[in-house]
Amino acid sequence: MSEIVDILISASFWAAVIRIASPLILATMGELICERAGVLNLGIEGIMVIGAFTGWMAVWQGLPLWGGVAVAMGAGMLFGLLQSTLTVPFGLSQHVVGLGVTLLASSTASFAYRLMLPEVTSPPKIEPFRPLDIPLLSALPWAGEALSQTALTWAAFAVAGAVAWTLYRTPLGLALRAVGENPAAVEAQGLSVTGLRMGAVIVGSGLMAVGGAFLTLSAFSSFFFGMVNGRGWICVALVVFGGWKPGKALLGAILFAAFDALQIRLQQTELGAVLPYQLFLALPFILSILALILMSRRAEVPAALMVPYNKGER
Amino acid sequence: MPEAEIVLRLDRISKRFGALKANDAVSLTLRRGEVVALLGENGAGKTTLMNVLFGHYLADAGTIEVFGQPLAPGNPRAALAAGVGMVHQHFALAGNLTVLENIRLGTERLWARGVGAAREKVERLSRDFGLSVHPDARVGRLSVGERQRVEILKALYRDARILILDEPTAVLTPQEAEALFATLRRATGLGLSVIFISHKLHEVMAIADRCVVLRHGRVVGAVDTHATDRGALAALMVGGELSLPRAEARAAGAVLMRVDGVSTPDRGAVPGLKAVTLDLRAGQITGLAGVSGNGQAALAEIIGGLARPASGRLTLRDRPVRDWSPGIALAQGIARIPEDRHHQGTIGDFDLTENAVLETYRSRFSRRGWMNWRAARRFAEAIIKGYDVRCPGPETRIRLLSGGNMQKLILGRALAGGSIREAPEIILANQPVRGLDVGAIAYVQSQLIAARDRGTAVLLISEDLDEIMGLSDIIHVMSQGRLSPGFARGTMTAPELGLWMAGQKFESAHAA
Ligand SMILES: Nc1ncnc2c1ncn2[C@@H]1O[C@H](COP(=O)(O)OP(=O)(O)OP(=O)(O)O)[C@@H](O)[C@H]1O
Ligand SMILES: [Mg+2]
Repeated sequence: MSEIVDILISASFWAAVIRIASPLILATMGELICERAGVLNLGIEGIMVIGAFTGWMAVWQGLPLWGGVAVAMGAGMLFGLLQSTLTVPFGLSQHVVGLGVTLLASSTASFAYRLMLPEVTSPPKIEPFRPLDIPLLSALPWAGEALSQTALTWAAFAVAGAVAWTLYRTPLGLALRAVGENPAAVEAQGLSVTGLRMGAVIVGSGLMAVGGAFLTLSAFSSFFFGMVNGRGWICVALVVFGGWKPGKALLGAILFAAFDALQIRLQQTELGAVLPYQLFLALPFILSILALILMSRRAEVPAALMVPYNKGER
Repeated sequence: MPEAEIVLRLDRISKRFGALKANDAVSLTLRRGEVVALLGENGAGKTTLMNVLFGHYLADAGTIEVFGQPLAPGNPRAALAAGVGMVHQHFALAGNLTVLENIRLGTERLWARGVGAAREKVERLSRDFGLSVHPDARVGRLSVGERQRVEILKALYRDARILILDEPTAVLTPQEAEALFATLRRATGLGLSVIFISHKLHEVMAIADRCVVLRHGRVVGAVDTHATDRGALAALMVGGELSLPRAEARAAGAVLMRVDGVSTPDRGAVPGLKAVTLDLRAGQITGLAGVSGNGQAALAEIIGGLARPASGRLTLRDRPVRDWSPGIALAQGIARIPEDRHHQGTIGDFDLTENAVLETYRSRFSRRGWMNWRAARRFAEAIIKGYDVRCPGPETRIRLLSGGNMQKLILGRALAGGSIREAPEIILANQPVRGLDVGAIAYVQSQLIAARDRGTAVLLISEDLDEIMGLSDIIHVMSQGRLSPGFARGTMTAPELGLWMAGQKFESAHAA
């Protein structure tokens, strides 16, 4: 027991939690925007892969790191354009389109990878984002270590703040929240349902791709297949967990990351010698499902989520 | 008096849906400060015309001029900018937002701020027009009456000069309707012009200056209100004379169902039942009068099997009821005409055949797990024919029907054997004619009387005292969850019932 307490109070543990949470936060905010506008974006998993790949490839080809982030974002938005064109004006099934986009995006990444690096056995490494040195903060004893994070992590938290601010403080956010609840109300007030929904999906997909790029540009410094590893699906669950609210979704991402960081460390304790490691791997998912059940009971789903809107039809 | 300026001119608007001509070269003018009533049967094309005007639909032909300027078609934003405001038949509000947010939606540049001024304006408007509603209340929690005030405020907030109200009173209590008329009079006094759609002719006579009547998508008449009367308007609407059915008194049969001392818990502001005892007899129409929200919904749920009493009991043909669910209620011969036809009565994306057999597909239209679609379709066709449901055919999705025609299908389903016993023994009719045109009302009421004459027990829940007094053999009044004693046909006047509805008589009866 005291070992768990030791883990929980160590600064390195919290540094890991924040690091693991960052890509989740970015992609969760992206998904949250889409769903608030009424579009379930199951393309998320593939869009994260594309983000991870294009960001890394751009940097390896010589772009600066932020250039890689921008390329990843652009690639994500392109897939967002595809996803939203099919689901919004054409009104196709959001599940089918989403899964299709995921398949298309991840196989596009594999294909491009093989095309560009035909002979390589181990993927080349890039020079990733370094932890930021923040004058006074870094000198603090415990917090200095826990908050020794890259600029992309800080950006993730800033994005969460910006999403919350936009949703609740700007007329744009008002329109987004309305279009996911009752598109007819939005049209009756003279706004374009199609424009709002497509915009939300495109921007949201851009954020998902940046979440993917975090993995290559800030965490692992290289791209390999299967590196996204279900994080996209986790983010879809985190949106539900957060009750479609950015603050709670952010907390959910941190909580999940904490379970994940904890299970890695638990494997190294004497418990790890007794129990099979698969059990530890499953821990964050089991705990998340429990938390999801507890938290999402009274959540308010956007009423028009997954309901296509066709002007001029009843 | 010189004629006021023309603010709106619709010129030969046509709109088709497939083979159906919903609007056929409809022309209409509206003057400053005027209230024009748009009348017509269910499905005559009133809502369609207004949707064309507001830009929800794109007309196939015809032009619109607002204040002398042509209006860009198919664009609500242009309509709003030109000063047209619309209160939709099915409100266009986002339930997750507050009143103020719904009103502000779409009025500001998307990145701007400035809530303070908006709040002041909304507060001023709600004071000036007598539209009281809290700006920070969540719309999803509001009553229909309050929601409607939000819809009107939305239009006024944008400085609408032309206000379209599509069946605004269909869901209002009589008191709320009175308040709405007071608001409208104030608005026209300030120079607003109003297009008012309603099936309630006494309202039209009270508020409108002119009436335009549509039938099958065409204008069949335009008259000054003071030069006509209700009978003439009704005749114009249905294209012939119309007589409202009146039930003659008849001897009642045995008690089929007894609600015995039933109580239910309060639900927020809506009172639960307070030890209600009520008998439903064969061959009798029992009228339940009262302002809605006084426990009628709770009683209907108990009888229909959607809820169980917290205390008290239910007996059916002298046997106490133990298990109780909508399915059992149906199997026991209780047919429901639900109050909310969109949510409880039908499934919008199902076609008419599927909706017609929704309650009985397992018992009557399937054998060994296989649907008998041929029989189901015949059943649907019989309802469509017998109950005059206007639609392209039984394979139409029901959401495309006008409200009135949807209601006729539900009625047909309930009366033509909602249960396995073919004809139902008890009919629970909750606001059965809400939103129906005069012809359809007469038809539905005559069907309820015919069912009674065949020995069915009918419970008629309605806010309309004329309807209650015209049809019921025995009348009860509900107020605050309490039930008055039963009054036989003809023993009560409307003002006396009004006192019971207001709850005053309960107090005096209690004191005595
Ligand atoms: N979007 C649509 N698609 C197909 N048919 C439609 C559509 N909108 C309306 N209709 C049809 O057009 C006709 C006119 O409908 P509309 O809603 O205008 O009637 P209404 O006069 O408003 O009737 P009510 O009094 O019942 O509201 C109906 O037969 C309806 O089924
Ligand atoms: Mg209508």
